Amino acid sequence: MNFSLSATDFLTILPELILCGMGMVVLLFDLFGSGRNTANLAWLTLLSLLAAGYADITMMGQNLMGFSGTVTADDFSIAFELIFLSVTALTVLLSTRYVHERGMGYGEYYSLLLFATAGMMLMASSLDMLMIFIGLEILSLSSYILCGMLRRDARSNESALKYFLLGAFATGFLLYGMMLLYGATGTIRLREIAEALRHEEVFVNPIAWMGMGMILVGFGFKIALVPFHMWTPDVYEGAPTTVTAFLSSGPKAASFAALIRILVEGLSPMQEQWSQVLWVLAVITMTLGNVVALQQDNIKRMLAYSSIAHAGYILVAVVVGGAEGLGAVVFYALAYTFMNTGAFGVLILTADRGRERLTFEDFRGFGFVSPALGVAMFIFMLSLAGIPLTGGFAGKFQIFKSAIDQGYIWLTVIGMLNSVVSIYYYLRIVVVMYMQPAGDDSLQEPPRASIPLYTAIALAAAGVIYLGIFPSGWIGISLQSVSLLTAGG
Amino acid sequence: MTILGFPILSLIIFSPLLGVLLLFFVDRERSELAKWIALLASGVTMLISLPLYFAFDIDGPAFQFVERVSWISAWGVEYHLGLDGISLFLVLLTTLLTFISVLSAWTAVTKNVREFMITMLLLEVGMNGVFVALDVFLFYVFWELMLFPMYFLIGVWGSERRLYAAIKFVVYTMSASVLMLVAILTLYYLNYQSTGELTFSLLEWYKLRVGFPAQYWLFAAFALAFAVKVPMFPFHTWLPDAHVEAPTAGSVILAGVLLKMGTYGFVRFAMPLFPVATHAFLPYLIGLAVIGILYGALVCMVQPDMKKLVAYSSVSHMGFVMLGLFALNFQGVQGGLLQMLNHGVSTGGLFLLVGMLYERRHTKAIAEFGGLMKVMPIYATFFLIFVLSSIGLPGLNGFVGEYLILVGAFQVEPVAAVLAAFAVILAAIYLLWMYQRVFFGKITNEANAGLKDLPLREILVLAPLVVLIVWVGVYPKPFLDRMEPAALRLIDMVQSHAEVRPADDPPSTVWGLVPSGWLRPAPTGIEYSSAEISSTDDGLFPRTGTQPEERAR
Repeated sequence: MNFSLSATDFLTILPELILCGMGMVVLLFDLFGSGRNTANLAWLTLLSLLAAGYADITMMGQNLMGFSGTVTADDFSIAFELIFLSVTALTVLLSTRYVHERGMGYGEYYSLLLFATAGMMLMASSLDMLMIFIGLEILSLSSYILCGMLRRDARSNESALKYFLLGAFATGFLLYGMMLLYGATGTIRLREIAEALRHEEVFVNPIAWMGMGMILVGFGFKIALVPFHMWTPDVYEGAPTTVTAFLSSGPKAASFAALIRILVEGLSPMQEQWSQVLWVLAVITMTLGNVVALQQDNIKRMLAYSSIAHAGYILVAVVVGGAEGLGAVVFYALAYTFMNTGAFGVLILTADRGRERLTFEDFRGFGFVSPALGVAMFIFMLSLAGIPLTGGFAGKFQIFKSAIDQGYIWLTVIGMLNSVVSIYYYLRIVVVMYMQPAGDDSLQEPPRASIPLYTAIALAAAGVIYLGIFPSGWIGISLQSVSLLTAGG
Repeated sequence: MTILGFPILSLIIFSPLLGVLLLFFVDRERSELAKWIALLASGVTMLISLPLYFAFDIDGPAFQFVERVSWISAWGVEYHLGLDGISLFLVLLTTLLTFISVLSAWTAVTKNVREFMITMLLLEVGMNGVFVALDVFLFYVFWELMLFPMYFLIGVWGSERRLYAAIKFVVYTMSASVLMLVAILTLYYLNYQSTGELTFSLLEWYKLRVGFPAQYWLFAAFALAFAVKVPMFPFHTWLPDAHVEAPTAGSVILAGVLLKMGTYGFVRFAMPLFPVATHAFLPYLIGLAVIGILYGALVCMVQPDMKKLVAYSSVSHMGFVMLGLFALNFQGVQGGLLQMLNHGVSTGGLFLLVGMLYERRHTKAIAEFGGLMKVMPIYATFFLIFVLSSIGLPGLNGFVGEYLILVGAFQVEPVAAVLAAFAVILAAIYLLWMYQRVFFGKITNEANAGLKDLPLREILVLAPLVVLIVWVGVYPKPFLDRMEPAALRLIDMVQSHAEVRPADDPPSTVWGLVPSGWLRPAPTGIEYSSAEISSTDDGLFPRTGTQPEERAR
């Protein structure tokens, strides 16, 4: 094996390098910068995200390979990296006031976000199980700390601890699965694993199958698929709301990217089997997520369960596979980013210095108290529920279109009926916002204005509507991004 | 095709949006201004839609004023609009009823007036879009989008149990329509398999011969979505709740236009796309229609609440529409199409009248009233006209529609027609009985003694509807003429395409749906083919107008 390094190697991971480097700069800037001005830290973070995004866009279509084929910058990873960058950028915009008022607006917060993003990007661009694992660990360690950033809040501590323990547990499963697969195939390179599995004697080796099972369990935890979802509501509820917004869209998409890499690039000979397992997981994940979300009184928890349900929809697309199905995953991940961070954005904007407004009761009459935000929240809820002319509908349409194409009619019917169930709880916010009079305890006047927050919400709303009305562009990119994956398999 | 180069259908759909845009900039407190803007926007929309009536060419192509541009190229979705004789009148009805509803809400709505008007205008956009969309994806978009304005109308401006009614309305409709979406996607791929073209164009789909048993399933999915909307028994339970809780303007639109979307869906999609399945399910659909007719009428007999009475009468009258359409012969279909309009006008009017009384007395209970004839003579006169129209008095619109329907139905299912005819008698009983209790006798309730009669605004609200009632009743020809080509085409599509039978050895059950022995085989296509109809000439209401060939001569 050739170990000499070239410029291409580093170019391949240039976006990741930018983020890691800037993460350290942010830390240093915080240390030596002028009087702990947290706004400047946020701008610096945004700037690094933009730089990474620019690097990504210039690399599009080149399909670079680096470090002797362990990482790649193909269109699939670039599409996902752009999604991660949008998640983080929106989170940074949403964070400015929130983290400042809660005394966590230090360099650590922003640099951890950058590191986590770099970890996600590495997960999407690795062709090697070890690299995927490293990316996942960079992401996970950063997120554990982010969850506990509200040091004096018991719930935040609980969230971090719970996330850490269950995350470590899941990591153990994942690593064990990878090890078993290595034992059976003798390689950690995904494409070589697929090669090896095409041999009959490797394919029938039970160790390889145990490895596949363990990997699915590990990712099941990370993506919060039922029945591995137990940690999600508590972690999401306890974490600072900005972190929850980040966690529920970014890392989830990253885990899907890595899962697709492993399943489609590495375990493609086993497709028939893993797709059956995922079929079942998709159905119970959608159904349980939606049914339990019905009963939540806390909007943050409701959104946590809704994120479980949405993972189920995305899993449908993974089961379907092929260019259409995997393309739908990429499409949906971006649409979900906009609608989910947008909804969290409204929650963050209404948070007062002292307390956050997170229950349904708090939003009574909100639609008339603050018409613009009410309409924005309405749009996000419609999109989450999958109503036409929103990104959420276009995404679901793309998913179920590919499912019907491949003959998964029952899966489609179940998914569709699930989205009817979800309409009930998404509209519940609309009901309290518009159809119930403001109570003594609910918001009486519009929340304090904040330009970065309004910008983030407006961007998210514009993204949702744009993807809903003109989805063709992003569909094209997402189909293009998976063309290599499906052609090779 | 457009009028004077204007894309007139797009103008009709989107001109209310201009009003919405203006309303966003109106101060919330200035409700008078908001009302005027909404009235102007809906009035302009109505004026733009009027030329359609005159410019519509009876001998012209099936769909006129067509607009077609690519929209979502990745899926083959087009922005494709067109108008035929069926949608022509539904669009006119929509623009008229929206205008009237805005006017009727002038004093009835007092809180959040600006938002109310925005909702009304958005609703109009959705409704018009549903009736002119020729791309199935586009249709679905409008179909779903108009749900939400109605949801807000019921939920925000409704009465006590409004939240329950609003949620029930949305959940019922959505559950059925997502299954329709699955069916749409399936058809999309079936079409792709047979033509190699990714398109949602309805006109392309018409050429498709859907195989078996898929056709039964797809028909069932479409039919369910539309049956909930009509509503057909036993999917009607959302309707009384929605009607009773909705504000007057909401009820008028709901009864006048939204219910028509269900019947329109049958005519435009379910029946022509799946002719064999239509025939197979016909006995059941006719049965449900007749049950709905009688059930609705019987429930009306015992209603103590005026609004609920009118709501249940809708169930009965919409059953008539379905019966006519399912008769699948010329008289039946023509009657069904005409009765769609009649019901919109008459029942819309009754809801307006009940709303006017409610605004004055804040009750809808029949027992609260009595002797109103003495204090409100103008009101009583209008009420009588609408009641008689709803009963089907000869000379008024309801008679023409119901007569055609019964004539049509008698030719295919005499029993169904006879049973349905009983409901005409029942309608006379429950409506006249209600009229008697409310208007005749002495004023027993002191609160009614000081009731004010209708001012000019409310007379203006009702007058156009009365004109239509009499016009259709006395001279229905202009309406029937314009519907005729579309009706003939529908019959032709369902009858002649039904010749394509299931494979020689049909499965013992239709995908487990029902044993195939339960389904009626399709006719050979000769019995009611359009050629034969043109030579039929009987009954009090023979086919009006002339055949296209004759007219061309």
